[in-house]
Amino acid sequence: MSSTKPRPGPRAARRFVDWVTVTLPSVPAAAAYLDHAATTPLSPAAREAFVDELSRTGNPSSLHAAGRAARRTVEEARESVAAALGARPSEVVFTAGGTEADNLAVKGLFWGRRTTDPRRRRIVVSAVEHHAVLDPAFWMAEHAGAEIVLLPVDGDGRVDLAALRAEIAEHADEIALVSVMWANNEVGTLQPVAEVVQLARPHGIPVHSDAVQAVGQVPVDFAASGLDAMTISGHKLGGPVGVGALVARRDAPLTPVLHGGGQERGVRSGTLDAPAIRAFGVAVAETVAQREERAAHVAALRDALVAGVRERVPGAVLSGPEPAPATRLPGNAHFTFPGAEGDSLLYLLDSAGVQASTGSACQAGVPQPSHVLLAMGVPEHDARGALRFSLGATSTPDDVARLLDALPAAVERARAAGLASAPARTAVASRTGGAA
Amino acid sequence: MRVLAAMSGGVDSAVAAALAVDAGHEVVGVHMALSRNRDQFRTGSRGCCSIEDAGDARRAADVLGIPYYVWDLSERFEDTVVADFLAEYEAGRTPNPCVRCNEHIKFEALLDKATALGFDAVATGHYARVVTRDVPDPSAPGGTRPVRELHRSPNTAKDQSYVLAVMGPERLARAIFPLGGFASKDEVRAEAARRGLSVSAKPDSYDICFVADGDTQGFLRERLGARPGEIVDAEGAVLGEHDGAYAFTVGQRKGLRIDRPAPDGRPRYVLDVQPARNRVVVGPAELLSVDRVEAGAAVWFDGARPAPGAWVDAEVQVRAHGAPVPARVRAVEGAPEGPAQGMEIALTGAPLRGVAAGQSVVVYDGTRVLGQATVDRAYRAAAAPTATGAG
Repeated sequence: MSSTKPRPGPRAARRFVDWVTVTLPSVPAAAAYLDHAATTPLSPAAREAFVDELSRTGNPSSLHAAGRAARRTVEEARESVAAALGARPSEVVFTAGGTEADNLAVKGLFWGRRTTDPRRRRIVVSAVEHHAVLDPAFWMAEHAGAEIVLLPVDGDGRVDLAALRAEIAEHADEIALVSVMWANNEVGTLQPVAEVVQLARPHGIPVHSDAVQAVGQVPVDFAASGLDAMTISGHKLGGPVGVGALVARRDAPLTPVLHGGGQERGVRSGTLDAPAIRAFGVAVAETVAQREERAAHVAALRDALVAGVRERVPGAVLSGPEPAPATRLPGNAHFTFPGAEGDSLLYLLDSAGVQASTGSACQAGVPQPSHVLLAMGVPEHDARGALRFSLGATSTPDDVARLLDALPAAVERARAAGLASAPARTAVASRTGGAA
Repeated sequence: MRVLAAMSGGVDSAVAAALAVDAGHEVVGVHMALSRNRDQFRTGSRGCCSIEDAGDARRAADVLGIPYYVWDLSERFEDTVVADFLAEYEAGRTPNPCVRCNEHIKFEALLDKATALGFDAVATGHYARVVTRDVPDPSAPGGTRPVRELHRSPNTAKDQSYVLAVMGPERLARAIFPLGGFASKDEVRAEAARRGLSVSAKPDSYDICFVADGDTQGFLRERLGARPGEIVDAEGAVLGEHDGAYAFTVGQRKGLRIDRPAPDGRPRYVLDVQPARNRVVVGPAELLSVDRVEAGAAVWFDGARPAPGAWVDAEVQVRAHGAPVPARVRAVEGAPEGPAQGMEIALTGAPLRGVAAGQSVVVYDGTRVLGQATVDRAYRAAAAPTATGAG
């Protein structure tokens, strides 16, 4: 085996401006990719590490030389992730992505806490959590005796701390866990995670935060946050899809969700994916090292985008807080266009070479009105006309210009289409009126 | 042209989309989501409305390399097709929901939205042909103008001109049926297989898509509730009871639950459904025979409308897979502010049996569709009206 062979230097951080010039084969060069919150381009350094590691054989759990080499790769990545995020290496539990980490946090903490005290049945989550947190919580309510407490949010999508305070005052002994995301994936609102921790900690209530969208965009320090568990994901920060981690304090009462070979201190069984983990480690280190520079870059583009949309599209409503470093992710812009349907807008923009998202989940391909917007008090009809534009390190002023060129006509057209397909309740009556 | 291909997830619409691509159009695939709670719709391989079908449509679009979207038309579908289905049965009539879906969903909601979004036409996997013919143009002496005609498919077993006729000329101008030239379903399946479309062997769908398990009576009972009433003969003698007159259709023989056989031992059929009295009238088959039909909400295709008052010789068809019968047809003007115009039909050959109000009647000249209307009343000219609608 080649464990002693020096590797190419993927960990040497590249300047993001070099990366910007890289042409990404998966996205047509002519298209403006404004959906970084869905997934980001794989960073060249992460890709290099990933491909390099794919040619090596070795199960990190094996004791022979090949296994030891793979183990070393994984542990170096663990140290890299921990160092970038203010955690200890032993606190990093690698998973197959953010959804798995969220499931482990919600289910694992619930079972762990309830085992110690059966009164702890309440799962307290914000109403604007990602489905990877909400759905496990609701599943636990249906199948494992949990009780869901949804914390309301204000019109900007910020969680209501008074509601959390009241919940804790009344039910501190019955709360299994609190989960409040670091930053919202749809409207980019930064949540008051520190205040949440301050409220929960005196009662020994563990707090989890889904930080999938936050890492690389805003400062994230696990130790300083006081969190008990935190979710991160590879492909949202320049790493590969299918790898992530739950960063969890050693004393967090986590019951395993996946059982098997006992990897990851017994909390998460399954053969460690050394290539993905190595690339993940590279991507986390890179994105955190370059965070400040990139955040300024994307925030400037985002501000131009927001100003341009407001100027050119009558009736466009920015959702979430007014852009500011302390309130909103730098790369996020989110609008509703009342009267237009999100899927019409997506089609029209896509055919004009602009790739965006409605930001909310689909059911069999049908965009559903976003639970985030509804929780923020946006009327359901308006919520159907939502679009999220999310910028990343590779975004350029041309991307924004392209959007601003295409958007006014797209909105106008989508509004006309919205009128065309609006329910016509008179149709039946007029036809059978003579016979009924 | 920019063409929106309506893709149900079945083989026909997949091949239709493929042919539209071959023809050089810029094609986008759209699957219509027609139910809010899609679990309630039929699942399995026979549908056009289940999540599997949406996945099949997506896969076909991927193979064709065209964009694919799902449009949520469920509210419109409930408000038009399902509401019409319930209202018509409740009124003692017999609706055809596939006709209403073509009328209100495919060639109205979908077509209008597509037009608004910049599409030139909607392509579907229906078996029918569009023929464009030049006819003399009265407004330009000596000149001609093109007329777009709807014709039967050469695949007579699959011909769907009957359920398409309701769209009328304005809609036909923006519709294309790429399968119009196919002589059999096997050819379409072979075409799908040749193109690597995995839906090539998918079974056909037959049932009403929003009625689970094909149990129409169960669906009506669930949505309309039980309303017990009497089953009577033509003289008004009570022969049995029913749970809701709405569940019966003129011409129906099975499921009458009459304990007494007819005196002559012959089978009895539903002759009339009378919702106002919540009665179902039954009698012998010969009382079902009709030779006159009055129909409302008529549409005529371009150049096909008879001159005012004139009877024209044609053929009419009253069921999706029924045989056309010879008839004379004339247009009837509606009141200026009242319901739409209608048509009067006098059968010139053998009478028809069991023509129910609410059924769609389509008028043909050979393979060409002249017009369509919805039956209001069917009767025997020689005798007093027997089979009537709700009146």
